[in-house]
Amino acid sequence: MTASALPVEDDVMLSPADIAAKEPAPPPRPSGRSPLCRVAGLGLAGLARLLAGASARWIASQPDTCQRVYFANHTSHLDALVVWASLPQAVRELTRPVAAKDYWSRGFVRRWLAEEVFDAILIDRTDIKVHQSPVDMMLREAGTTHSLIVFPEGGRSVTGEVGEFKSGLYYLAKKRPDLELIPVHIDNLNRVLPRGEFLPVPLLSCISFGPPMWLERGEAKLDFLARARRALLALKE
Amino acid sequence: MNDNRTVALVAGVLALLTAATAVGQFLKRHPDRGLDPAAIRAFNNRLRGWWILCTVLAAAFWLGTTATVVLFGFVSFWALREFITLTPTRKGDHRALFWVFFLFTPLHYVLVGLNRYDVFSVFLPVYATLFVLARVAFAGDYKRFLERTAKIQAGLVVCVYCLSFAPALLQIPIAGASDADRTGNFRLLFFLILLVQFADCMQYVWSRMLGQRLVASAVSSNRTWEGLLGSATSTALLAAALWWAAPPFQLWQATLAGLVIAVMGFAGGMTMSAIKRDRGVKDYGTLVVGHGGVLDRIDSMCFAAPVFYHITLLVTGVRPG
Repeated sequence: MTASALPVEDDVMLSPADIAAKEPAPPPRPSGRSPLCRVAGLGLAGLARLLAGASARWIASQPDTCQRVYFANHTSHLDALVVWASLPQAVRELTRPVAAKDYWSRGFVRRWLAEEVFDAILIDRTDIKVHQSPVDMMLREAGTTHSLIVFPEGGRSVTGEVGEFKSGLYYLAKKRPDLELIPVHIDNLNRVLPRGEFLPVPLLSCISFGPPMWLERGEAKLDFLARARRALLALKE
Repeated sequence: MNDNRTVALVAGVLALLTAATAVGQFLKRHPDRGLDPAAIRAFNNRLRGWWILCTVLAAAFWLGTTATVVLFGFVSFWALREFITLTPTRKGDHRALFWVFFLFTPLHYVLVGLNRYDVFSVFLPVYATLFVLARVAFAGDYKRFLERTAKIQAGLVVCVYCLSFAPALLQIPIAGASDADRTGNFRLLFFLILLVQFADCMQYVWSRMLGQRLVASAVSSNRTWEGLLGSATSTALLAAALWWAAPPFQLWQATLAGLVIAVMGFAGGMTMSAIKRDRGVKDYGTLVVGHGGVLDRIDSMCFAAPVFYHITLLVTGVRPG
């Protein structure tokens, strides 16, 4: 539910300095949040890890607070929450999941969680304007400090197979070639909370983080998206 | 802690663990002894697991019956989630599984804690089974129906029902002890845990030393008939040596109990190996370093606990509940 396949109006590369110059710096989030929200964040991360029995594996990769884009397969509503919770706390505070507005702004609790606790960037899938493409919005929200968690399939897979990636990841990489792209494979979460269910079954899941990759110079869109998808699938063992 | 037998037991265990740790650390510091470093590491990891196990058990015992029942409840819960994680389920099983985890498992342990043998002995094998069958049918997915419900049923029986007989030992009235004094019961439970663990180790040691004939090569590549025989004999001997610690038993009864525990533990290990082989995995998880998953640790216990419980009932001659 990240970047849709919308055309992006300009293909200008943005450097972190450009962004810092163009945009007013977003308020420093971690310290800006209230203590209650931070405690709730810690509790929620712990609860999510416990409930989803999530074990995080870093394969040829290390957690780091540098700016990154974590791209993961999408199987369950819990995905964004559990990937976010699997990151070490220092990294987690700088990482913002990109999530669907229609799901996460419904009801007081979800909205509070998304906005205040894990500080999600909510993308409105139904109301996408040409001048406000999701990719631009994500990059603006990320600024020069935050990392993003995105789901390049654009929606939850029904079969459990990893679908084709939409082009948003490509435009992210193209506009900000300095961001490290980290493939993340989510295993078993679709059994914890399948599509259409609201009560979780506490099975064990596994979140695998792979080595960083970048858009190669002159790499075609489809080649890049296929390579990114293969990198993600390679983490499945 | 108010009697000599308990003190002797605790002191013995502490001394044994300390001595083993000293040996392990010595071997680690002197790698030139011609021993396999991987085996030494495995030994030390296993020891660390035992320290953790003993500490947790001691804490639970000290806190009392309820705390121990709750502890075993959590162990069952975790073992069951490992079990179900490794068995493929379909979406139609989801709702049934939710109730299995959050209603049937906790409620069963509540019944164990309340000492309602009359209810808890049929609650999971009868009522949970009926519920799972019906709930999966209501979900409308009939593909491999019996196979799927049988998996959930097997998980419940092995991980929850059978294991719960271990803390249920704490509720058996022992002749000569007042109702408030459960020290003898805790010794009984510890006797079971110790013998199960010991039988596991002896099986490994005897299979390594003398193992020739594999019981079922397709299922387990290190469980041999020699291992089974050796483990049964050694465990029976240890049980005889410790018979004073298990209150209701006479010498021959304790020896026989040791023998049965070793055989049942072996059977449990074989069963879990078969499931793991079928799913193509080696261990169930990574909770305690070097100890595989929770289910890897308790498979023998799950099989030995109900049998030991009923042996104890026979010996004491009391009606449960």
